[in-house]
Amino acid sequence: MSKEQLTVVGGGLVGAAIAYGAARKGAKVRVLDQGDAAFRASRGNFGLVWLSSKGGGMPRYARWTRDAIRQWPELHKELLEVTGVDSGLEQNGGFWLGFSEKEVEKRANLLAKIHDEVGDIPFQMMDHSELKQYLPGIGPKVVGGSFGAHDGHANPLMLLRALHAGLNEKGAEVITGADVVDLQHRENSGFIVTARDGQSWKSDRLVLAAGLGISKLAEKVGLYAPVTTTRGQVLITERLKPFIPYPTNKARQTQEGSVQIGSTSEDVGFDDRTTTDKIEWLAKRAVDTFPSLANARLVRAWGALRPLTPDGYPIYQASEACPGAYAVICHSGVTLASIHASAIGPWMSGLAEAPEEFETFRSERFLDPNASFTNDH
Amino acid sequence: MTISFEGKNLEVPAGISVASALLAGGARDFRSSIVGNAPRAPYCMMGVCFECLLEIDGVPARQSCLITVRDGMKIKQQLGAPELEDINAGVNHE
Ligand code: FES
Repeated sequence: MSKEQLTVVGGGLVGAAIAYGAARKGAKVRVLDQGDAAFRASRGNFGLVWLSSKGGGMPRYARWTRDAIRQWPELHKELLEVTGVDSGLEQNGGFWLGFSEKEVEKRANLLAKIHDEVGDIPFQMMDHSELKQYLPGIGPKVVGGSFGAHDGHANPLMLLRALHAGLNEKGAEVITGADVVDLQHRENSGFIVTARDGQSWKSDRLVLAAGLGISKLAEKVGLYAPVTTTRGQVLITERLKPFIPYPTNKARQTQEGSVQIGSTSEDVGFDDRTTTDKIEWLAKRAVDTFPSLANARLVRAWGALRPLTPDGYPIYQASEACPGAYAVICHSGVTLASIHASAIGPWMSGLAEAPEEFETFRSERFLDPNASFTNDH
Repeated sequence: MTISFEGKNLEVPAGISVASALLAGGARDFRSSIVGNAPRAPYCMMGVCFECLLEIDGVPARQSCLITVRDGMKIKQQLGAPELEDINAGVNHE
């Protein structure tokens, strides 16, 4: 039997992880990456590998994230061995830091609820003096926080590079500058994918992981893929001697010494600019958290758009009208990279069943006329 | 005017950047890389690459391609990353 061809539209973290997972299982894989005109969420995010507080409104998502977090060390090790590229994973735990007792109490309740519902997502609440033992640089405004032993961070750019190097290593074909504008499904003969410049490709299977560009393409193969954007602004300091030993929700120090301060979460459509008021807000918040940052010089600020579904949880969906076509929308491309490779890649290339209880992630949930959604968790 | 780099005096023309002055004077090792310790020298000469960092008059991690020479400047290599406490010395510098 000749091998089926899988085409993944989207070469960002989500598409590349799925494609890598399929290629490593022996699927014949092609990745079509749009190029620099795309809103490249994978190149602008905060880099946390994070479980704590995820899935407060969807236990299946908390479980999914928990499993992804557990598989991360393996992915990191494998990519390093296969490609020599270090994705920068440090997973020694991470902190959420709060500025008011009320905020801290809310946090404690949320984490307790998730731990009860899902199981095995332990956490530890700490007051200021306990926090100080782990993060000596915190200022007096930090009244308390939570610690998740499983949390960590990675270098998103190196992860993306590692995945692409891995694709190359596993014999997948990556075509850049392919701005896909049309998809056609032919009964019994698969899909025809066409790019703006007229190039086209035949494929037995099709995964749409096109981030913000997904909705229009999805419609063409009978998939409903509603997506909105959220803008995250981020500040970067000059490289400094290590002084923040654990990643936090407000700032993290990279292995190279830069402190990344983030991030906003703004609903501003397709506007990826930075704004003075948000930069000021981020800088103030960072200095309230780690006062010595007042002496640090900023070298960069950016805004990046990330895809978000109406309820903030991912969509993983197989097309009923056009068997062999799938859509994926997900906000946490770094955290979920491991499980996208291990579970989604094999599923969407037809080499494994869908993970259990995966109906939860179908996009039909947004079609219920009586439901209302918020992605402001 | 006279500036010093790593304790050695250099005669340099006024009005040029510290990076230009040192390069013209034969200096090549400006700083050491934070990641691999390799010696580094100015690259872009226009303020974007951060390869030209030096300690100038006690203030660490200054972009020497953006700073004009001044008589009596004492300049040292920037070895590794600066400590935030030391940067404090540079508040209100110039
Ligand atoms: S040489 Fe590039 S910043 Fe100075």
